[in-house]
Amino acid sequence: MEWDWNFVWQIFPTLLQGVKITIIATLLGSVLAVFVGLAIALLRRSPNRLVSTTTGFIAEFIRGTPLLVQLYFIFYVLPDIGILLPPLVAGVIGLGLHYGTYTAEVYRAGIDNVPRGQWEAAKACNLTARQTWTRIILPQAIPPMMPALANYFIAMFKETPLLSAITVLELMNQAKSVANTYYRYIEPITLVGVFFLTISLISVVVLRWLEQRYGRIER
Amino acid sequence: MPPRSARSHFPQHGTKPFMIDWSGYLSLILQGAVVTVQLTVMGSILALIVAFIAGLGRISRFAILRWLATAYIEFFRGTSIFVQLFFAYFVLPFMGISLTPLQAGVLALGLNVGAYAAEVVRGAILSVGREQYEACTALNLSRWQCMRKVILPQALLVMLPTFGNNAIELLKATSVVSLISLADMTFQANIVRSQTGSTLIPFATILFLYFVFALLISFGVRALERHMARGLDGVRT
Repeated sequence: MEWDWNFVWQIFPTLLQGVKITIIATLLGSVLAVFVGLAIALLRRSPNRLVSTTTGFIAEFIRGTPLLVQLYFIFYVLPDIGILLPPLVAGVIGLGLHYGTYTAEVYRAGIDNVPRGQWEAAKACNLTARQTWTRIILPQAIPPMMPALANYFIAMFKETPLLSAITVLELMNQAKSVANTYYRYIEPITLVGVFFLTISLISVVVLRWLEQRYGRIER
Repeated sequence: MPPRSARSHFPQHGTKPFMIDWSGYLSLILQGAVVTVQLTVMGSILALIVAFIAGLGRISRFAILRWLATAYIEFFRGTSIFVQLFFAYFVLPFMGISLTPLQAGVLALGLNVGAYAAEVVRGAILSVGREQYEACTALNLSRWQCMRKVILPQALLVMLPTFGNNAIELLKATSVVSLISLADMTFQANIVRSQTGSTLIPFATILFLYFVFALLISFGVRALERHMARGLDGVRT
């Protein structure tokens, strides 16, 4: 079968709609992952052993199981207990939770990287726990995390095609429906690949820039 | 076909209506687990081979090899596993290469994870200190002997923990093959869901099984690491 440019132009608008959903899902998922990651990182440092070990286990469990199955779980099991979510919302929650467990590790490394002296200084200045975190620790911990966080958002972006399995009409799903309608797979699937490759190559440049701007976390 | 074999496990009329015979469905999921394990093992072997070829290629003396390896790594890390799988399964047949779902799955998983692992190989080899290379020169070892006898034994130990993580990523990625109709654990769970209407039990079961597999991989890698670290005390700093 030959590559057909006319067909490419014909399906392009449909695929662009999918691109829009893909980007929305990635952005919302990233925002959720930032907060979930921070919550997990903080809960794991809780002085209460029960809280920290439970959080640790849950995070470990989410990280050890496939995102696809988690998406099915959110999409199919939650309605049984009365939580009926639209596909995109279920997808964003899945992405956010899954990658939140990864970003939690980034936060952990970032927080551990803040020198002990800063904690002691905060104590010496009689700051409350809340003030210590928001004024002293996090402002120093977060900038060096930027490259690592961005790395996970790029990884998340590359996993968005999984949302097609729970009927979100993102890029991959649009491509599949186009392919099934015309029974031509070469152009749609290749275009999806080219699209992901382009974004990834651009993001490599952005990552380099972030690393120069903010430095890296020493592991 | 999995759906057909599942149908024979339907509750018989007359015996305990509204009760589902879970043992039949469980065996279906276990059949899927076998496929998942197969994919993980075969994919990991392919990934390992590819990782060493591409990782060594990236630090080769020859510019063309470096260039090829970089292109491979960037390509497979840049496009998503999902797209690669669909490409292997749906597009390659049009180019005259027909693959069974299992072959397409192993190929896509192995090449994808291999690209990530290639960077691990490169990083680990570069992390071995300069003095080791100088010692090779001093002992008049050939490049091959130096790599094989001095550098790799030390670098392998550095690679191992990250390889373990890569293997877990591969295990998780195997669930995607259910979307090209390969009857792995996720696929079977979906069949159980559509046949029984129960959602919690099949998905909770496979989540648990995936987690157990991931734990097994991480314990296995840790044991291997301990085994290989023997005799290297004092060599590594």
